[in-house]
Amino acid sequence: MNAPPKTRLTTSAMIASIAEDDQETTSAPFGHALVAQAKARPEIVGLSADLSKYTDLHIFAQAMPDRFYQMGMAEQVLMGASAGLAREGFQPWATTYAVFASRRAYDFIALGIAEESLNVKIVCALPGLTTGYGPSHQATDDLAMFRAMPNLTIVDPCDAVDIEQAVPVLAGHPGPVYMRLLRGQVPRVLHRYDYRFQLGKAALLRDGPDVLFISTGLMTMRVLAAAERMEAEGIARAGVLHVPTIKPLDTTTIQAAMGTPGRLVVTAENHSIVGGLGEAVAAAALRAGVVPAGFRMIGLPDAFLDAGALPTLHDRYGLSVTTVVEQVKGWM
Amino acid sequence: MPQKQTGRRLSNIELEERAYNIRRHAIRMAAVQGQGYIGQALGVADVLAVSYFHALRYRPADPHWEGRDRFLLSIGHYAIALYAALIEAGVLPEEELETYGSDGSRLPMSGMAAYTPGMEITGGSLGHGLGIGVGMALGLKRKRSDACVYNLLSDGELGEGATWEAALSAAHHRLDNLIAIVDFNNQQADGPSTEMLSSEPVTDKWAAFGWLAQRVDGNDMAALVAAFDAARRHSADQPRVIICDTRMCKGVPFLETREVTHFVRVAPEEWDKALEALDAGRPQ
Repeated sequence: MNAPPKTRLTTSAMIASIAEDDQETTSAPFGHALVAQAKARPEIVGLSADLSKYTDLHIFAQAMPDRFYQMGMAEQVLMGASAGLAREGFQPWATTYAVFASRRAYDFIALGIAEESLNVKIVCALPGLTTGYGPSHQATDDLAMFRAMPNLTIVDPCDAVDIEQAVPVLAGHPGPVYMRLLRGQVPRVLHRYDYRFQLGKAALLRDGPDVLFISTGLMTMRVLAAAERMEAEGIARAGVLHVPTIKPLDTTTIQAAMGTPGRLVVTAENHSIVGGLGEAVAAAALRAGVVPAGFRMIGLPDAFLDAGALPTLHDRYGLSVTTVVEQVKGWM
Repeated sequence: MPQKQTGRRLSNIELEERAYNIRRHAIRMAAVQGQGYIGQALGVADVLAVSYFHALRYRPADPHWEGRDRFLLSIGHYAIALYAALIEAGVLPEEELETYGSDGSRLPMSGMAAYTPGMEITGGSLGHGLGIGVGMALGLKRKRSDACVYNLLSDGELGEGATWEAALSAAHHRLDNLIAIVDFNNQQADGPSTEMLSSEPVTDKWAAFGWLAQRVDGNDMAALVAAFDAARRHSADQPRVIICDTRMCKGVPFLETREVTHFVRVAPEEWDKALEALDAGRPQ
C-alpha cells in the first residue's frame, strides 16, 4: 500500500491570508472601511511607502486617487510628510509594514508625530509572525517599541469585524494611532459574539471558571477556538477577554477579570513575550495587588524567528490552536 | 509657481540693521546662560534677516495665521538664532530673552513647537525638517494656499539620509512651494563638515535631485536678497534650495578668529566685549 503523498508546506507568499481553509473571510476590510470614512471626512488622506497593495490601501487609492500619496520606498519621509499634512489640518493614514514603521521610522514617529500628538494614523501590515520571510519582515517587537512611546494609541485588531469597527472610531479619535493590520482575505470571527469595538476597552467574549485567556490581535481568534476545543474535550472551561487596545490598556477590566479566584490566567499575543500584552497585564495585576491562581504567557520567544511556512511556524512557536491547547493542558 | 512679494521692500542697509539686531539679541541670550550656540547664531543672522524682513509673509501678533509662510527650523540647537529673529520680528517680546534656557521659559535651548510661538516644528533630531516640510507643502497645495514652506537646515544635516529621502520626495511631487535653506558654516560637532561626511559638490547634488539650486555667500546681504528673489520668482514646478556659505561668529571679530568649534566657548567677561565688538561694526 502506498503512503499518501505528504503535503509540502512552502513559505507563505507575502500576501498570504492567515485564514484557515474553512474560515469565513472579508476581502480588504481596512481599505473598504477607510473609503467609507473618507467619504464622510474630507480631511482624510492616504499615504503609503510602496506598499499600498500589501496594506489594502490600494482600495482607497483607486476610489480616491486625488487623496492618495505614493511616497515611494521611503518610510522616514512617509512619517515626516504625514506629520506635515497633519499640521496643515489633514488626517493622514500612513501604511507600510510593521517592521519598517517601528524599526526604521521610529524617530520620525516619536518626534514628528507623537511628541506633538498629531492626528496621524499609522496602519501596518505583517504584525508579529504573519509572514514566513524571516526577521526582516516579522515585526515581533513592534508593540514593545511603540508601547514605550508617549501619546501613541495602539490597536491590535482580531479580525475583519474588529478592523471595520475600529477604523471609524480611530478616525474620530484626535491623536496619533498605531494599528496592526490583517490584510487580504481576513477572517471574520467576532460577529458570532456580542462584540463592539470600543477604543481603550477590553471585551469579555466568553466566560469560564477554569482558565482566563487575555488576548489581543489574531491570537483572540486562536484562543476562542482553543477554548471551544478544550471545553469539548473536557480539558477546561475557559473565558476569553479580548484586548484590542494595547495602549491605553483597560486595566480596570483586566484587573477585575483577573481577580476572579481560582483561574489560570493565560495571556496570548502575536508578539514577543518581551514588552507586549503579557508584561503589560502582569504589571497591571501586580500594581492592583491582584494575584491569580496561575499566570502564563503565550507569545513569540525572545529570538529572531525562522523562515518557513506560516502554519509550520505558528506550530513551532506556539501560536496555533493546537499548540495553545497543548500549552494550557501542560499548565493545568 | 512664482511667489508674490508683499509689503515694502527693505533696503539692504535696513536688512543689515535687522541682522545686527538679531546678533545682539542672540549674544544677550547666550550671556544669560553663559553658553549657547552663539557661533551658529551669529553666522546665520543675515540669512534670518532676509527670511523675516524680505521673504516671509507673517503676522507678528498671529503666529498661526493661516496665510503665513511656514518657517521650519530643523536644526533645533539653532533655536537661539530663531528666537532672536522672532524677537526682532515682533513675534516674541524682547524682555523674554532674559529667560533663555531657564526653567519654565518659552525659549528652551533646543527648539520645540509646543514651547514657542513662531516655532513651527520640533527640531533637534536632525533630518526631520525637510520631510515635514514636504508634508506641509503638499497640504498647502491641497488647500490651494499660495503660502510657502521654508526649511532652514544645516550642512551637517546633509549627512542624514532622511534629508535626501525628503529631497527626492519634494522633487517627485513638484513642490514649487518649498524652499530649503542650507546654512553651510562647515562646522559640526567633531570638526569641519566637509571632513566629517562631505556633501560636496553640494549644489550639483541638489540640482541632480531635481531642485533649483543656488549657492551664495550667506553673509552678503545683496547676494542673499538676489538668491531669495530668484528662488521665489522661479517659474518651474520644482523645489528650490539656497546653500548659504556662512562664517561662524560673524560680526564679532575676536570670536571669528578664535579656534571655532560647534560649541563656541566664551568666558564670562567676554559677553560684554562681544556686544562692544558687534556694536563697533554696526551698519551705518
